[in-house]
Amino acid sequence: MKKVFTKPKSLTEIPFTYCPGCHHGIIHRLIAEAMDDLDIAKETIGIAPVGCSVFAYLFFDCDMIVAAHGRAPATATGIKRVKPNNIVFTYQGDGDLASIGTAEIVHAANRSEKITVIFVNNAIYGMTGGQMAPTTLEGQVTQTSPYGRDSKTMGMPIRICELLSTLNNPAYIARVALTKPAYIVKAKKAIKKAFQYQIDGKGFSLVEVLSTCPTNWGLSPKEANEWLEKNMIPYYPLDEFKCVEEVS
Amino acid sequence: MVERLLMKGNEAIGEAAIHAGCRYYFGYPITPQSELTAYMARRLLKIEGAAFIQAESEIAAINMVYGASAAGGRVMTSSSSPGISLKQEGISYIACAELPCVIVNIMRGGPGLGSIQPSQGDYFQATKGGGHGDYHLIVLAPSSVQELVDLTIKAFDLSDKYRNPAMILGDGLLGQMMEPVQFKEFNKKSVPAKEDWALDSSKGREARRIVPFNLDPNELEKLVNKIGQKYQEIQKEVEYEVVNIDNPDIIIVAYGIVARIVKTVIQKAKKEGINIGLIRPITLYPFPGAVIEDIASKVEKILVTEMSLGQMVEDVKIAVNGKAKVSFYGRTGGVVISPAEILEEVKRLLK
Repeated sequence: MKKVFTKPKSLTEIPFTYCPGCHHGIIHRLIAEAMDDLDIAKETIGIAPVGCSVFAYLFFDCDMIVAAHGRAPATATGIKRVKPNNIVFTYQGDGDLASIGTAEIVHAANRSEKITVIFVNNAIYGMTGGQMAPTTLEGQVTQTSPYGRDSKTMGMPIRICELLSTLNNPAYIARVALTKPAYIVKAKKAIKKAFQYQIDGKGFSLVEVLSTCPTNWGLSPKEANEWLEKNMIPYYPLDEFKCVEEVS
Repeated sequence: MVERLLMKGNEAIGEAAIHAGCRYYFGYPITPQSELTAYMARRLLKIEGAAFIQAESEIAAINMVYGASAAGGRVMTSSSSPGISLKQEGISYIACAELPCVIVNIMRGGPGLGSIQPSQGDYFQATKGGGHGDYHLIVLAPSSVQELVDLTIKAFDLSDKYRNPAMILGDGLLGQMMEPVQFKEFNKKSVPAKEDWALDSSKGREARRIVPFNLDPNELEKLVNKIGQKYQEIQKEVEYEVVNIDNPDIIIVAYGIVARIVKTVIQKAKKEGINIGLIRPITLYPFPGAVIEDIASKVEKILVTEMSLGQMVEDVKIAVNGKAKVSFYGRTGGVVISPAEILEEVKRLLK
């Protein structure tokens, strides 16, 4: 019998630890598929974050290191500068990348470090139990915005792709979602393109993946997908924001 | 013959690092160590395959060090007191991940923004861990520009040997002063191969994972105990200098630039018929407690002098263990202690 669907080679046998309906699993799979397609797993060094996806270091079948909260782009910079021929990627959530690690992501992008960043935006802190993230939507109720995010005192949700796209040097910046098959196909293409940019030495690449957190949103997986489409995509438009073809 | 060069302390550290094969430096400007960052930029940006980055912050710099070390690079960062405080989280991660690196602290007056003048106020932070959790740094305390060179090279070797971060604990005076130095021929064999643990291409082997955490307390305890055993082994690296310790009227314990000042005091005192001995810890961690304990049974009085409110004096008291009377004299806030005031204190104690 012909096998038509199987686990990507770049994932280990260890089962994921994610909640039902969470998108981390899909994102892991897409990264691993991209690594398989490009045949780069044996040359790849991944950086796992702090948060629900801290165990990413167990799931990818490549050399991995766990970075401090927010510091993955700095750690990736150190690795890439020592091993310029390896492929280096970070996997970071919204609290990690857009709050505590804002300085690191802005400056790694500005130096156009030849690394790939997978930025998972689910508009909430997952592992610590559902606190407000920098990307939490206006009015959204979380443990630390119990009456809804008030933009007057808590700021507006940060659009990372748009913010980083104001910089001159980053090579590839895109935002994708996973709520329907057509989106997943596009997301896979974007992730693969981001890695290809690194392989070609074009510079910094980042893919923001809009993601669900049914557990902390208090929704079923199906409702979470619907909530994401209805609320997140209008505020966080899906697009390629930066796509530099030539290195200057 | 090895050439003698006149060099500023901060620049001598930089040249020593490059001499020792350090090819990666990540730092952020701060007085009084900025010349070191600038020196590394001048040198490393001209070396093929090397990397110098002026990081966006001290925090980013130490996390670049974490990555570079994990990838097998011989790597250094440097700063001065407030900047070293910012690096502490990263240093703790590096210690937990058992990665080698050299961190230079050219101390200035504190706490807070403090001053930009020389100080020894970071002894506790350097020798007791500094960041969160159970760990120690290997801490070396030079007292001349030549020692800045020799101990920087040694710091890389010890750090690689034990896979533990090592710190050069200097001060603004050492960093800023100029003295003749010599660079002895470097033994390249002291740079160990890191292929058996560093992150790299995983072709032909299992994927490697550098993980500074474990949610299972029993497993984390095993890791911390293993690191603890390493600290027992490190005790054998203890190094110190003794001056005039046969039959002294009083023993002074001092490190770094203060020990240098005490040597002047010893000469002045001799002329007045006072016999002062000196114990100068060169390694602050491991601390030379045994030699201090040994001498404590032969003298009545021990004076500890530091440019702080009194930090190393606690370790001296533990070593002396009640066998002699331990006094303390210090200046703080960035004030450099003078030979005259130390001699006056000695006379007061001997009265």
